[in-house]
Amino acid sequence: MTVFATPLAGYLLVAALLFAIGLAGALTRRNAILVLIGIELMLNAANLNLIAFWRYMPHPEALTGMMFAIFSIAVAAAEAAVGLGLVISIHRHAKTTDLDEMNKMKG
Amino acid sequence: MSFVFWLLAAITVAGGLAAVLLKNLVHCALALTVVFTGLALLFLQLDAQFAGFAQILVYVGAVAILVVFAILLTRSSETPKDGGVFSRTWGAGLVIAAAVFAVLGWAVLQSEAGLPHETSVPNVTVQQIGEALMGRYVLPLEIVALLLTAAMIGAVIVAMHEKGDAK
Repeated sequence: MTVFATPLAGYLLVAALLFAIGLAGALTRRNAILVLIGIELMLNAANLNLIAFWRYMPHPEALTGMMFAIFSIAVAAAEAAVGLGLVISIHRHAKTTDLDEMNKMKG
Repeated sequence: MSFVFWLLAAITVAGGLAAVLLKNLVHCALALTVVFTGLALLFLQLDAQFAGFAQILVYVGAVAILVVFAILLTRSSETPKDGGVFSRTWGAGLVIAAAVFAVLGWAVLQSEAGLPHETSVPNVTVQQIGEALMGRYVLPLEIVALLLTAAMIGAVIVAMHEKGDAK
């Protein structure tokens, strides 16, 4: 099955599709946790791009893209922990995680 | 471009669609786990063993569990009273996402001829990754360590019960 001239294009298209799905989820869902899930999908799509370029570009032994992806995974984990902590904190104050109902910013 | 790649890509994209479309949030979290596992297998397909197993450890092992805990703690798995799970402005969001995908896909297909062709399998061992982390990338590693510590303390403080808070 050779649809594309190079396998890299296939990986890039899958990553683009996953990024668009994550963006659609983050922009259309009402629940704050679903928005965070969408952001996680977008970060993972970017990671797939990094790894795919690392694999197919010249000099993979320099490990540049691989390191970028590993640090990106670590930062995404920190982002998920803080984001979900914020959602739980907001839920305690506003008694809801519905973004359409969260229209005030006071403590 | 093997059959395995297409199978993994189909599983990952189907999981992603399920994660943003399903009504019950617990089902969304399970679909998210499928996406993370599919991506880890795609990493293995790309000869990035270390990144693949790090993906499984961090995402399937930690982030998915964290998401499930947040869903259960906020009782978000109950569907809203008016039944809708999409926001009022879902049309605009869908249009923006479709436009982003159109631009990205167009860019990939346009530049396809200039992309590098199949190269030899990179022979990268975990020892090399460790030496790179402790040598050339030691400063970013320290910064990530600091970031993770700060994020952990920050998450605990943000989600902590306040004094005098009822319940």
